[in-house]
Amino acid sequence: MINENFIKVLYIDLTNKKVKIDMREDLRKYLGGVGVATRLLEENMRADKEPLDPEQPIIFAIGAVSSVLPVMTKTVAMFISPLTGELGESYAGGRLAYTLFNAGFDAVVITGKAQKLSYIVITDTNVEIKDARSFAGIGAESVGQFIRTVEGGSGKRSIIRIGPAGEKMSKIANVNVDTYRHFGRLGLGACFGSKNLKAIQVTAGDSTRPVPDLKKYFATYRELYDKVTNTTLMSKYHDLGTSINVKVLNKIGALPTRNLQQTEYEHVEEISGEMFAEKNLVRKVACVGCPIGCIHIGQVRRQFAEGYDYESFNVSYDYELISAFGSLIGIDNTDDILELISEAEEIGFDVISGGCCLAWATEAYLRGVITDAETQMPLKFGDKDTYVKVLRKMGEAKTDFYRSLANGVSEVTEKYGGADFGLQIARNEMPQYHTGYGSIVGYVCGARHSHLDNGGYSLDQKFKDQEFNKDVLIDNIFKEEVNRNIINSAIACLFARSVYDNATILKAFAALGVEMTEAELAETAERIYASKLRIKRRLGFNECDVVVPKRILETEGMKRKIDPEIVKELVLMFYNKNQQLMEKYKEEEIKA
Amino acid sequence: MAKHLRSNAINKCIGCFSCQRVCATANHQSLSDNMAAIKIRTLGGLNSSYFATHCRGCNNDTPACAEVCPTDALTKREGGGVKLNKSHCIGCRKCEEACFAKAIHFVRNYKYPIVCNQCGLCTKFCPHNCLSMEEGEDD
Repeated sequence: MINENFIKVLYIDLTNKKVKIDMREDLRKYLGGVGVATRLLEENMRADKEPLDPEQPIIFAIGAVSSVLPVMTKTVAMFISPLTGELGESYAGGRLAYTLFNAGFDAVVITGKAQKLSYIVITDTNVEIKDARSFAGIGAESVGQFIRTVEGGSGKRSIIRIGPAGEKMSKIANVNVDTYRHFGRLGLGACFGSKNLKAIQVTAGDSTRPVPDLKKYFATYRELYDKVTNTTLMSKYHDLGTSINVKVLNKIGALPTRNLQQTEYEHVEEISGEMFAEKNLVRKVACVGCPIGCIHIGQVRRQFAEGYDYESFNVSYDYELISAFGSLIGIDNTDDILELISEAEEIGFDVISGGCCLAWATEAYLRGVITDAETQMPLKFGDKDTYVKVLRKMGEAKTDFYRSLANGVSEVTEKYGGADFGLQIARNEMPQYHTGYGSIVGYVCGARHSHLDNGGYSLDQKFKDQEFNKDVLIDNIFKEEVNRNIINSAIACLFARSVYDNATILKAFAALGVEMTEAELAETAERIYASKLRIKRRLGFNECDVVVPKRILETEGMKRKIDPEIVKELVLMFYNKNQQLMEKYKEEEIKA
Repeated sequence: MAKHLRSNAINKCIGCFSCQRVCATANHQSLSDNMAAIKIRTLGGLNSSYFATHCRGCNNDTPACAEVCPTDALTKREGGGVKLNKSHCIGCRKCEEACFAKAIHFVRNYKYPIVCNQCGLCTKFCPHNCLSMEEGEDD
């Protein structure tokens, strides 16, 4: 936490079953969260080894003010991504930050490989590596139920776990966090699998941390709580949730549809946030520490036998999941989308990557690039029952085709062709916002190739009615890319980014007795970003080498043409800024 | 008449734990939720509903926790629940055992029971008004 003069790191070596705790004063200048995790990754990574080598580390870190102020809910995971081969960075809410904070750890570094399938239990007084062989092949939700049954800590624990896809080291496997949240993107599930690690339970401990200055802290807590709950700053997330974007993006021509052959969907009303709310929404829940509660839970039932025998699923939904398992693959109703999400959840696939894989396979089949010999069944857009079967075959990974498909669009197109219409950028399946130059450059250059790195998609919309200016666009994307390292070090949920501007973050630190200036904050953001860039360069990544698939360039974004030459030019401008910044912080490089 | 805490609308709970946060802070100057006298829990994971463990504000002759207290550190509070007089408490933990709502607990390195003092602050930080302060009938 920000008011302590060290970062408490828990090291777990699965190979030798050794645990070490280190109080790292030197990490204080990286604040917490992504800053600390990036530096720990830079220290512990092996650039000479494959991403799924047992020696590669998995890092978790909570933020500088995690759990003590409203909406400071996220934990960051950093790793070498098996999907992209370079920097892996992913965030999840739920209860993980809360439990790590109350177990007394700021960061966890996991290395090595357990001899047999295992799970880890972390409390403030013990760390145990336990036998998980009887959980082998079990779905992500089911294994959570098993661990809840055998371990204590009800109400004050977090259980993060992988499904069978992670065990089989699918490069699009995710890690499920407390049923409804995920480390979704970039294949952390495969990293767990490579370490024979099925799950981790973290239990909040029984030690107490005093409030340094009660009056100051409580005044700030109250002010932020009121800002979050009594203003409109976060109402989008509370009301319909992110699914409000389905109609918004369709209207502006940015909703990826049928493998991005279109950006407007004729069935948009049937899969809109409004329709989900009307037909399926049963409740909303929150990550611990967030009074908003944006996690929208939809319910769907399925008849499994005659005589009114039904089973039901409760599934959390968000905009990108609806797009990826909706418009992108031609699904036209909310029930089918929820059923597909539920299927992917249990197998343990990232839904955004999964949707891009299904969409590519469908178009490739329709074009004759792949045939029944590969798919074992005919594919067509909108066919939910077939997609359920395909997801299961990807999970089983018994044939070369399905194994490749479960390793993402990039790998399957390298083997089977059809790369021109494969929706990946820098080997990561494309986020579900096709808004134009800002989005594409944002994906290419973003540290984790996500729309959340720098909000390029949002800038496209902001600048829509202005004359196109390359410098303004790149300046803004770059500024945002660097500055988001602050909120991600705190770590606030990005949905609260309009609440937690830099001035408010300084206030949050001050509430715990730590005074910093805007300038110090800005320098810290740069320092963290420079560390990320060094990691990417050591792993051979250069944004100028990224080949954006034709489909992404040929399909208009927000109804405007995209010139591939301009994309290249913009990426080069961004690259130059990256190099300048790296030069400024080159003294901090860790020599291999 | 004095009021005591109720959680009649707990079915609307989203599990944000803001009640725990402010309780631990205001009553024990702690950033750790184990110092809170209210606990939000689930039975069977997040798929099930939330419920709240807190002092039910027993308003009978002598609340069970006070009844077993050998030093009268816990005494009946007007309007429901109990008052804790720390200077009388010897930390014997009999109250923890006696509370049939499991609403009293002890934490490591802290001698006194964590017990609700019916201050009502948690109700002001519940975004869906699941919690309220109400005049108590006999429970």
